[in-house]
Amino acid sequence: MALLLSVLEQGMIYGILALGVYITYKILDFPDLTVDGSFPFGAAITVFMISKLGLPPILTLPVSFLGGALIGICTGLIHVKLKVRDLLSGIIMMTGLYTINLWVAGSGYVPIFNQKTIFDNDLVNAVIPSFLANYKRIIIILVITMVAKYLLDWYMSTKSGFLLRAVGDNDTIVTSLGVDKGLVKIVGLSIANGLVALSGCIYAQQQRSFEISIGTGAVVIGLASVIIGTSLFKKMTLLRVTSSVIIGSILYKGCVALAMFAGIDPNAIKLVTSVLFLIILVISMDRKKVD
Amino acid sequence: MLQLVNINKNYNPGSVNELCLFKDFNFTVKDGEFVSVVGSNGSGKTSMLNIICGSIPVDSGKILINDRDITKQKDFIRQKHIGRVYQDPAKGTCPSMTILENMSIADNKGKPYNLGRGVNKARTESYREMLRPLNLGLEDKMGVQVGSLSGGQRQALALLMATMTPIDFLILDEHTAALDPKTAEIIMELTDRVVREKKVTTIMVTHNLRYAVEYGNRLVMMHEGNVILDKSGEEKAAVKTEEIMGIFNKISVECGN
Repeated sequence: MALLLSVLEQGMIYGILALGVYITYKILDFPDLTVDGSFPFGAAITVFMISKLGLPPILTLPVSFLGGALIGICTGLIHVKLKVRDLLSGIIMMTGLYTINLWVAGSGYVPIFNQKTIFDNDLVNAVIPSFLANYKRIIIILVITMVAKYLLDWYMSTKSGFLLRAVGDNDTIVTSLGVDKGLVKIVGLSIANGLVALSGCIYAQQQRSFEISIGTGAVVIGLASVIIGTSLFKKMTLLRVTSSVIIGSILYKGCVALAMFAGIDPNAIKLVTSVLFLIILVISMDRKKVD
Repeated sequence: MLQLVNINKNYNPGSVNELCLFKDFNFTVKDGEFVSVVGSNGSGKTSMLNIICGSIPVDSGKILINDRDITKQKDFIRQKHIGRVYQDPAKGTCPSMTILENMSIADNKGKPYNLGRGVNKARTESYREMLRPLNLGLEDKMGVQVGSLSGGQRQALALLMATMTPIDFLILDEHTAALDPKTAEIIMELTDRVVREKKVTTIMVTHNLRYAVEYGNRLVMMHEGNVILDKSGEEKAAVKTEEIMGIFNKISVECGN
């Protein structure tokens, strides 16, 4: 039961990251490695706000999102204005963010065991009855994930969201519509990395610590979730693609948990991650984009 | 009125592959003209369109629209007032979006793309009315992704989308070249009707000499970056396809094609 709960919690937290990766990878067709830096960036901002500044934990959510959005804007500016290739723009940001994250958090490992978090504060303890105490975390994560999903669904149905979909589809038409396609890409990258940092923010509070290594392979987890979600539920038109991506993330976390449960060396987790990703890629035939 | 004044354009300057395309090139299009441009490969037809739309920069010279200098203007700013249809039907539409979504996004051109609803339900019926005369059955496929339509259907949609909002110029870049002869004919008739209805100034590049002769009120032939034939009005109306074909063959032979 505890294992299942943990899979669901982490699956939904990483589901928000996967929503961000979905925007860059599927909509913008932009392999954005910034994610490996913006995920821990959200976590670093969170522990800084909670342990150093002692601010109310609820504030970490919007601040982390905005922080991540700013990072996405930087990646976008490097790509669009300085004309650096998409992959390299992400690598530059990811590498630079490693140092920034250490600076923001203060060190490579920062615990927040005794501080208030979004899961453990006066308001939450008052609102959620004691018999649900064990499910406090999952309830809150579910609420935040659903809000993120519905906000993204709503945005994609606006005029601005239409442009975002158009720019990944066929950027010539965005120019034809009299709109700067570079700007649209920057907006997309900023929303994507905002979501990723939000995911990092929640993750740090669920783990009650910041660890610099959480960024390593974050983009792979996101990609795997997106690919599982979009290829598994391709035929199900009733299910929104954003929901599929979140379910994909939960399934992916489930696979990793199973591997761990089967007794694989915890040190091998990144290897398991990458092999699992390779298997998913091969099965889903998402190796090459087919028109 | 559109004016290209003393345009100079070299490709790959400074390298062994340097190619001088335009040398002091001048070209004027008056309001209300429907210009058909023909010429062999490499004659500068498409480059001229790209220069007008800002897709490629010029080395020197001026581009004027109604005496306003737009040479330095970015492509997307110029294209606020220009509609363009490409040879590749995929370039004028968004494949993963539905017909309704495509038409909605095109309908919003010139207005801000803000957080308002992407699809205006109240306009759906008028979009259907626009699609109905095409006789392609698109009016019953509003919710279908454009990527699953045929090239001709997509090109018809692209043409409608390019001309939905008020524009100063319509630029047609070999827009029937990728279609089968029958579909090309339908698209050409649609083009003619749209141009007449909207009274929009049009520049059409084509390889089909018959279309160039049949449609439009001005015919221009380009060769190696120069206009070598320019007929308009009654002169244009009297032109026969054979005559143009003769001139075309002569210049092609000179080139050794």
